[in-house]
Amino acid sequence: MRYLINNLDLVGELFLQHLQLTLIVLFFALIIGIPLGVVLARVKWLQGPIMGILGIIYTIPSLSFFVLLIPVFGLGTTPAIVALTAYAQLLLVRNWLVGLTSIDPAVLEAARGMGMSSWQRFWQVEFPLALPMLLVGVRLVVLSSIGIGTIAAFINAGGLGVLLFEGVITANYNKIFSGAVAVTVLSLTANYGIRTFERRAERSIHGAQVNH
Amino acid sequence: MTYAYSKIKESRVTQSGEILFEDVSKTFESEAVSAVDGVSLQVAAGDLVVFLGPSGSGKTTLLKMVNRLYEPTSGKIWIGDEDIQSLSINDLRRQIGYVIQQVGLFPHMTVKKNISVVPRLLDWEKDQIQSRVAMLLDLTGLPDTYLERYPNQLSGGEQQRVGLARALAADPDILLMDEPFAALDAINRERLQKELLRLHCKLDKIILFVTHDVEEALLLADKIAVLRDGKLIQYDTPIDLVTKPKNAFVEELVGTNNILRRLSLVSIESIIKAKGRLLDKPITMDQAMVEIPTIHSDADLRSALSLLLSSGSDYLRVEDSFGTDQGLISMEDLREMLSSNQLIEKKKCDEISD
Ligand SMILES: Nc1ncnc2c1ncn2[C@@H]1O[C@H](COP(=O)(O)OP(=O)(O)OP(=O)(O)O)[C@@H](O)[C@H]1O
Ligand SMILES: [Mg+2]
Repeated sequence: MRYLINNLDLVGELFLQHLQLTLIVLFFALIIGIPLGVVLARVKWLQGPIMGILGIIYTIPSLSFFVLLIPVFGLGTTPAIVALTAYAQLLLVRNWLVGLTSIDPAVLEAARGMGMSSWQRFWQVEFPLALPMLLVGVRLVVLSSIGIGTIAAFINAGGLGVLLFEGVITANYNKIFSGAVAVTVLSLTANYGIRTFERRAERSIHGAQVNH
Repeated sequence: MTYAYSKIKESRVTQSGEILFEDVSKTFESEAVSAVDGVSLQVAAGDLVVFLGPSGSGKTTLLKMVNRLYEPTSGKIWIGDEDIQSLSINDLRRQIGYVIQQVGLFPHMTVKKNISVVPRLLDWEKDQIQSRVAMLLDLTGLPDTYLERYPNQLSGGEQQRVGLARALAADPDILLMDEPFAALDAINRERLQKELLRLHCKLDKIILFVTHDVEEALLLADKIAVLRDGKLIQYDTPIDLVTKPKNAFVEELVGTNNILRRLSLVSIESIIKAKGRLLDKPITMDQAMVEIPTIHSDADLRSALSLLLSSGSDYLRVEDSFGTDQGLISMEDLREMLSSNQLIEKKKCDEISD
């Protein structure tokens, strides 16, 4: 505890770095994952191969993935962002796809029959109805990026992992402890925050009657 | 009353509000046989036409070609004098109401939002939408306290009422309904059938209605198109279908031998018409003991039969819509009408005018 209090500035800075890394990863993950999910929901035969590839990527051990990317992207945050975004795709796309494909076909047929363009169908019907599952994906991406992001300190990407690695090297248990506490606080807060959004999205689908 | 294909083509009346199917066929890619096979059919403005046939006979496929959820493999469909292929697909759909068995309300929208989808697509003014929604709620028999409810807070029957209101929202000239009441319980189904009839009498729209329920078809239809294996077998009024079935298939489907069904289609006016003048007084003496019940001349013969049996009277007094006494009818008159070929169909709109 003492270490944490004495080094609040440093821990705070690393905390923000970590948060920043996570948000950047989330941003890219959404930019890629949302259209990818939409394509997969429409072109069914692509689902098997693409989800297979995303699954394989997800099984690559994180440390070796980071190291493998160094020749291409050098050291620092870039290879970390690339690797974490790649991991995120499985978590994000799988849930988003479940959300999109579990929409009642009668609802989609009604939307089509009423003369909504495909753009209108997406924004007025598919997106809001699949949003709760998208948010589940977002939550998993954020949590896994916070977790795996600690390892990215190894390739100079900064973040709270710095405390853990330096603590291990210098056998400074207080430092390790502070890092662990900070990571946990970040995870729990993110988890709680996104759950709130999930519930709100859920409620807007099912009306006031349903309470979870 | 059947239409040879060539005849339709020559005499194609370019009257607005008509629907014309011109040798329409549809073969799905994966299928060997056609789902719809050379159907030609003319639907007059304001008619309620039922597509009737067993499962897989192509009713849904034929219906969905009207709002182009399916495209015909060959043939054309005209609305008024426009080939629907020449219209923009979403403009076409916004002008055609669509109601399906599974309702398909948007679960994340309130009743009000659901009903106003098409008006919003058409960029109506806010207060115009507001008053239209209120009017539709009233028309479909829903209390306005339902405006802010979500679909999962409504019963099945109420959901389908909202489905109907949503389809009518932009005041389309055509309404497509695919087994809209099939999932409802008997009481709700009957209630909604009656209300649909009332709406149809009031609104003057073409309604194309898919069902495999013969009773429902006979109750609702101005004309019935009987389909089998994608082919149009017969296209006639309910009464012609029942009394003059084209073949054994139609005969069995509509129950030509079902006497009660037959009676239920025929108006008491048929008797007046056939006999010229009805009796003024009972012939039998013992009738003086029983009071003679009164029946409306627009009522059907089945109601007359039921009234004869339940009252114990040998006669019914017939009154027209002005309350004028038309004379008496008896069981004998009903029996004669069963073999008559000058039947007047019960008027659908009069019965429900109250
Ligand atoms: N999307 C489709 N793809 C392939 N075949 C289809 C499709 N839709 C319908 N069919 C086939 O076309 C034929 C007619 O189907 P349709 O749905 O029009 O029948 P229906 O008269 O509406 O039957 P039901 O009363 O069961 O609804 C059936 O043999 C059906 O299997
Ligand atoms: Mg069908």
